[in-house]
Amino acid sequence: MDMFLEYVWAFLIGGAFCAVGQLLIDLTKLTPARILVSYVVAGVVLGAVGVYDPLIEFAGGGATVPLTGFGNLLAKGVREAVDQHGLIGAFMGGFTASAAGIAAAVFFGLLAALCFKSGSKINET
Amino acid sequence: MNISNEEYGELTKRRSHNSKLCKTVPMAFLIGGLICTLGEALLNLYGMAGLNKDDAGALTSITLVFLSILFTGLEWYDRIAQHAGAGTLVPITGFANAVASPALDFKSEGFVLGLGAKMFVIAGPVIVYGISASVVYGIIYYIVGLFTK
Repeated sequence: MDMFLEYVWAFLIGGAFCAVGQLLIDLTKLTPARILVSYVVAGVVLGAVGVYDPLIEFAGGGATVPLTGFGNLLAKGVREAVDQHGLIGAFMGGFTASAAGIAAAVFFGLLAALCFKSGSKINET
Repeated sequence: MNISNEEYGELTKRRSHNSKLCKTVPMAFLIGGLICTLGEALLNLYGMAGLNKDDAGALTSITLVFLSILFTGLEWYDRIAQHAGAGTLVPITGFANAVASPALDFKSEGFVLGLGAKMFVIAGPVIVYGISASVVYGIIYYIVGLFTK
């Protein structure tokens, strides 16, 4: 039952992040690219003030999978790097923490571009 | 009821806008929620396989990125995105799609300035502002630490 509830919260919180994004697209002039940028920066801020980690405890993938989770990861990485290395850590932690996601996107993106032929046009930015 | 043409136009526009919202927002919620649920399942799976929390999180991101880019290559992702809107944009799969999609489309303009450069059309700004925000936070965190430790 606990396991089931965990998935329900992941679905509800993750869905809510996306619903807010959709409202922003429909009601404001924010483009998808700006939404992505805003979500990541918002994640850094939420992580910095300490409200994001409790949300992850609660919603798991519902909080880590949206791009705000990516931003929170940046904040967490920077905090750990500063604890370890002092001020230079501020320039190390962000990339260290986000390395896996960015490297995977770049590498698999390159592979896909080599393996597949382009058909569709890219999303409006 | 006396209303001018413009008022009527405004009224119907608002109506259609609202009815549009009634469709797009629930779809974004549903598809986005499902992607996050998949992420939660992967997190649990990798956790059960013995990975610690950080590694399981990283591998979950890598898996979702891989699936998203595979779907992008097969032209499935954009088809889902037409209905899901922000539901496929906001999760990390949307970031991966934003990397792979222009890479595919601009391959014809060359491997360096086409594929290699256009890959970062959207991912670039995300990294620029995300990393910069994290550096600012790191500096503030360092200074606050000086006074509290």
